[in-house]
Amino acid sequence: MSDQPSVSPKVSCKGVDVFYGDQQVIHNVSMDIADRAVTAFIGPSGCGKSTFLRCINRMNDTIEGARVEGLVEIDGENVNAQGIDPVTIRSRVGMVFQKPNPFPKSIYDNVAYGPRIHGLVRDQMDLDEIVERSLVRAGLWDEVSDRLDSPGTSLSSGQQQRLCIARAIAVGPEIILMDEPCSALDPIATARIEALIDDLRQRFCIVVITHSMQQAARVSQTTAFFHDGRLIEHGETEMIFTNPADTRTQDYITGRFG
Amino acid sequence: MLDVLAMIEVSWLAFVSSAMILCFAFLVGRRFSVQLPDQRIAVSQPNENGAYLAMWTVAPTLLLFALYFMFGEPLVRFLLASDLPTGFERLTSVERQQYVDRAGQALGLETIPSGADPIFHAVVDRYRALRGLAKGTVLCLSLFLSGSMFLYQLRKLSGGVRARAQVEGGIRLLLLLCAAIAIATTIGIVMSLFYESLRFFAVTPVTEFLFGTRWNAQTGSEFGALPLFFGTVMIAIIAICVAAPIGLFVAIYLAEYAGHRTRAIVKPALEVLAGIPTVVYGFFALIIVAPAVRAVALRMNDMLMALPFIDEPVLAAQPTNALAAGLVMGLMIIPYVSSLSDDVISAVPQRLRDGAYAMGATPSEAIKDIVLPTAFPGIAAALLLAISRAIGETMIVVMAAGQRAQFSLDPTSDLTTITAQIVSLLVGDSAFDSQRTLSAFALGLVLFLVTLFFNLIALRVVGRYRVRYE
Amino acid sequence: MSSVHESLTRRRRAEMRFRAYGLAAIALAVGMLVLLLATIGVQAAGAFSHHKLQVSVEWTDNASGPTPPVATLVSRLNTIVREDLETVFPKAMQDRRSQVELHDTVSRLALLPVANRLSRDPPTSGSLFAFDVALSDDIDLFLKGSPKLTSTVWTDGVDSIEQTVGDSVELIYEDGGLLALQREGESNEPTLLLQMGGVVIRVASITDSVVSGKVLVGEVSAIDDQDRSGAIVHRVAAPELQRNVSDQQIAWMLVLQDAGRIKRTFNADFFTNADSTYPELAGVLAAIMGSVFMMLVTAAVALPIGMAAALYLEEFAPHNRLTRMIEVNINNLAAVPSIVFGLLGAALLINFLNMPRSAPVVGGLVLGLMTLPTIILAARAALRAVPQTVRDAALGLGASKSRAVFDHVLPLAAPGILTGAIIGLARALGETAPLLLIGMVAFVAEVPDGPNDEATALPVLIYKWSNGAERAWEPATAAAIVVLLAFMVLMNAAAVLLRRRIDRTRL
Repeated sequence: MSDQPSVSPKVSCKGVDVFYGDQQVIHNVSMDIADRAVTAFIGPSGCGKSTFLRCINRMNDTIEGARVEGLVEIDGENVNAQGIDPVTIRSRVGMVFQKPNPFPKSIYDNVAYGPRIHGLVRDQMDLDEIVERSLVRAGLWDEVSDRLDSPGTSLSSGQQQRLCIARAIAVGPEIILMDEPCSALDPIATARIEALIDDLRQRFCIVVITHSMQQAARVSQTTAFFHDGRLIEHGETEMIFTNPADTRTQDYITGRFG
Repeated sequence: MLDVLAMIEVSWLAFVSSAMILCFAFLVGRRFSVQLPDQRIAVSQPNENGAYLAMWTVAPTLLLFALYFMFGEPLVRFLLASDLPTGFERLTSVERQQYVDRAGQALGLETIPSGADPIFHAVVDRYRALRGLAKGTVLCLSLFLSGSMFLYQLRKLSGGVRARAQVEGGIRLLLLLCAAIAIATTIGIVMSLFYESLRFFAVTPVTEFLFGTRWNAQTGSEFGALPLFFGTVMIAIIAICVAAPIGLFVAIYLAEYAGHRTRAIVKPALEVLAGIPTVVYGFFALIIVAPAVRAVALRMNDMLMALPFIDEPVLAAQPTNALAAGLVMGLMIIPYVSSLSDDVISAVPQRLRDGAYAMGATPSEAIKDIVLPTAFPGIAAALLLAISRAIGETMIVVMAAGQRAQFSLDPTSDLTTITAQIVSLLVGDSAFDSQRTLSAFALGLVLFLVTLFFNLIALRVVGRYRVRYE
Repeated sequence: MSSVHESLTRRRRAEMRFRAYGLAAIALAVGMLVLLLATIGVQAAGAFSHHKLQVSVEWTDNASGPTPPVATLVSRLNTIVREDLETVFPKAMQDRRSQVELHDTVSRLALLPVANRLSRDPPTSGSLFAFDVALSDDIDLFLKGSPKLTSTVWTDGVDSIEQTVGDSVELIYEDGGLLALQREGESNEPTLLLQMGGVVIRVASITDSVVSGKVLVGEVSAIDDQDRSGAIVHRVAAPELQRNVSDQQIAWMLVLQDAGRIKRTFNADFFTNADSTYPELAGVLAAIMGSVFMMLVTAAVALPIGMAAALYLEEFAPHNRLTRMIEVNINNLAAVPSIVFGLLGAALLINFLNMPRSAPVVGGLVLGLMTLPTIILAARAALRAVPQTVRDAALGLGASKSRAVFDHVLPLAAPGILTGAIIGLARALGETAPLLLIGMVAFVAEVPDGPNDEATALPVLIYKWSNGAERAWEPATAAAIVVLLAFMVLMNAAAVLLRRRIDRTRL
C-alpha cells in the first residue's frame, strides 16, 4: 500500500443489476467508493443495500439463484470477470456481519484462520505477530491477550464483533465491508466499534451499512441512500444530511418512513 | 356348558361381554338422565351421563378379565398339576409340568392323538373342566360386580354427580395408560431378559459366559460368548467403515453443494435404501456379494501363492463370509448416517459459513474447518446410532455371515454374531428349560444393554445439540 | 497478495477433489441401490412364468360310481403322464436310469391342481381330456436358459448314416465340409447335440468326414431324405456333471418343444399356491394371507394405543418426571433392535401366557409393540403441526380441554397421524427377525383362515426360500421379494397421496 493519497476510486460500480431468480432486486446502480474513507449505506429495510454490498466481495455467489450483472471494479479490475476466483477477491475484501459470528474455535485460531488458509505466513512467529497486530488494531488485545486459547464464543457480543473485525483485518485486506456491525450491540459496545471504524479509516476503504442516521453522520465521510433497489442519492455525508437533493432522502432522514 | 366355555378364547369372551355391558349402560345412562326432573343438563350432556355410567360399569369386568388373562391359565395348570391322579407323585415337578403342557396342547386339537392312554384322556377332560370353571367364575363374578357398580352409579347419577369432569378424568387416565404401555414394554423386555438370563447364569457362571473363548451351544455345552462378541464387533466395524465415509460425504454434498434437482433425486433414493427390508439385503448379500467376495479372495490367493515364500492359501474365502455381511450392512446403514448427518450439518447456522466465505475460504475449506467441527457432536451421535443399528441387525448376518464361532481377523472367513446365534438357538421347537435356549436370552440381554448404552449417549448428544442451535 | 495467488491452484484442486468425493459417494450409494433392485428384478423375472407340458388323453372312466378321492386321481394322472411320455420316447424304457430321468421331468405333486379340477368337474367317459402340467424345476430352469443352449442351423447334407453297435452311429460327410462343425467341437464345449427331424444324436467325436455319436432320441431308420439335407446343432454351455439336467433330458425336451407340446405360461400358481417343498409348486398366497392377518393385528394394537399415547403426551401431560420418563423411554424403545422384541414375544407371550406358536396374532402383537414408538413419534409430530389458534378458539368458546382436542385438534391431525402410521406399518411388514423367534418359520402348506391359525409371513418365507438347496429357489425367492416390495410400495404410495392431500387442504 502506498502512502500517497489515492485519486482514483477504490471501488467503481457501473450499471449493477442483481436478480433473485426472476425478481430484480437492484436496478442499475452506479457509484464510486473512495479509498481511506468511510462510506455509509443507508435506506429502509429491504431496499437492497445489503445485496449491493455483497456484490463487492461476490458473497451473492453463495445464494442459490442470485445473478449479478454490470461492472464492479476494484482498482480497475472487474471482480465478475471470467477466471477471477471469488477467493482472491475475498482475500482483498474483508467483511463483518450484522450478528457477530466467531467460529467455534479459540480466539487465536479465529484470527489466524484467514492467514492460514491463504498461506500468508511462513512460520509460527509470523502468525503470532499477525494475530497480535490484528487484535491490537481491533482494540481487543488488552482484553484477551491472556486468554487467546479460550473459545471465541465465550466473549461478550461487543468483543465478539471486534474479534470478527480483527479476523477480517488479519488477512490484510484493502477494503472492509460492514453489514450493520452494531445492530446487535449495546450502546457502549457500539461506541467502541464506531471509534474503531474511525481509527481503521486511516488504512482501509470502509463501507458500513447502518440503520442509524446518527451513526452514519458520526462515522462516515460519504453517504449513499438506497430505496427500492435504486441508488437515490450519493454524496458527502454533511451534504446528504443537511441539504438532500431528493425528497425521498429528506423524508427518510427526517424519519417519515423507514 | 362349562366345556363349551372352556374352548372360547378369553379375548373374545372379554370383548363380547364388555361390549354388551358398555352399550347397555350407555343407553340406560342416557335415557335416565334425560328423564331427570330437575334437568342438570347445564352441567352434563346426556351422552356424558351415558359415558359416565358405561365407564364405571365396564371397569370391573375389564379388570377381572385382565387378571384372568395374566394369571388364569397358569392357575388352572397349577391346580391341575397338584391334582393329578395317583401315580404321578413319582414324577419330578418338571416332568409333571411337561405332562400338563402336553395335555394343554391336546386340548387345543379337535381330536386327541391316537395312542393316548385313558389316563391322559382323563387329565385332558379334567383340564377342560377346570378351565371352563375358571372362565365361568370370572364371567359370573364380573356380571355381579358390574351389576352392583351399575346400580350404585345410577343412584349417584340421579343424585346429580358431575359426570363430565369424571368422564374426562377417565379419558385422561385411559390415555395415560396407553402412554404407559411404552414403559410397560420396556419393563417387559428387561424383566423377561433378566429372568431367563438369571436362570441361565444359575448354571453357567457369568464370567465363563462373558470371557469364555469357546462357543458351542447347539451340540455341546460350551457357552463362552467372546467369539460372538468378536464377530459382532468385526462385522459392525466393516459396516461402519463403509457407511461412515459414504454416508458423511453424501450428507455433505447434499447439504452444501447439491441443487434442488439433485436433492430431489438422491433423497428419495436414500429413503428407498432405508425402507428395503433387511431380509432383502440378506438375500442380496447371499447371492451377489458373498460369491463375489469369495471369487476375489480365491483369485488373491492364487496371486499370493505365485509368490515364492507363500505356499498355502492366505484367505479363507468362505462361501458365506464376514466381509459380505459387513459390506451389505454398511450399505444398509448409509441412509441412517447420511440423513442424520444431513440434519446436523444443515443445522449449522448460515452466518458461520458466511464468515468463512467472507474470509476467502473455498467451500471445502469452510466445510472442513468450520461446518464439520461445529457439527461434530451431532455427527458422532449419528455414527453411534448407526453402530447400534449394525450391532442389532439380524437378517443380513443370519443369511450371509456364516455360523462359525471363531476369532479370525481374515474378513473372508465365516464368523457368527450375537444376533445370528440368538436366531439359530431359538428357531425351531425349543423348550424353555434347556441351557441352550436360555443362553439366547443371555445374549439378548447383552445386546439390549449394549445398544441401549449407545442409544442413550447418542440421543442425549443429539438432544443437547438441538438445544444449542435453536 | 502474490502469496494468495500462489496457493490458489492447490486450493482449487483440493476443492475439486472434495466435491468429487461427495459425488462419488452419492454415485456409489445410488449405484448399489440400482444393482440391488436390478439383481432382484432380473432374478424374479424368471419365476413369474413357467413351462408346462401339454397332455391330452381319451378319458376312460372305469368306475361309474362316485368320483374317487383326489389322491387316487393324482396317481391316475401320474400314470397317464408317464405312459404318455413313454409312448413318445419308448427307448427310455430300455434301462432303469433313463426311465427315472424321464419320470423326473414332471413331479407328481404338480398334478394336484389338475386332480382338484378333475374331481370338481369330471369329464365324461370317452371324451378327450387335455391338461397342462408344470415341468420340474430343473427342466424349467433349462428351458429358461440355464445352462445356456445355443442352436445353429447346419445346411450341409449328410451323405450316409451307418449304425454301428447299439445306439452308436457314424454320419459320413463325403465332401468333408465339417470344418465349421469341427471347430464347434473343438471349442471345448462339453456337449454337442445334432438334431435331424425327430432324432437327436450326441456327438462323441469328429474327424475329417465322419461324425460319430450316440442316438439319444428316435430311430436312425426314421430319418428321411428331407431330414438328411441338414441338421440343427445345439451346444450346451456346461458339462453334464455340472448341471442338473442330463443330455438325455435335454434331447427329450428338444423333441417335445419341436412337437409343440411345451408352452411357457404366466405362473399363476405362484400367486394361488401355498408353500411347498418343490420350488415349481411353491406359491406366496399363504404367506400373503399370514402377513395380512398379522398387519391387521399390528394396526389394531399400535394405531389406537399409539394415537392415545401421543394425544396424552402432546395435549394433556403435565411437565413432570413421569412424562419425561415416558418420553425418554419411547425414544429409546424406537432404537431397540427388533430381535429383542422377538425375545420379548418368545418369553412373555409364548412361554408365560401360553399363546400359540406360529400364529399371526402373536406376530402381530410383537410387531405392534415394535411399531408403537414410531407411530407415537409420528402422531406427536402431526399433533404439534396443528396451530395453537385452533385450540385457543375452541377453549375460548367454553369447550373443555378434551372436547377441544377430540372435536378440533384430532380431526385436523388425523391424516398426518395416519400417514405416519402407514409408513410404520410398511416397515413392520418387512420385519423378519422377531418372527423367527416366535415360531413363524414352521412349514405351513395351508392358507390360514384367521389370525389364530398357523401361518407364515412374506419376509419369513423369503428367508426360508433363500435357504433352499435347489437352484430354482433363487428366482422364486426374488419373486417373493418383488411381491413384498410391491406391497410396501403400495403402502408408501398411499401415505404419499395422503400427505399430498393434507398439503392441499392446508393451503
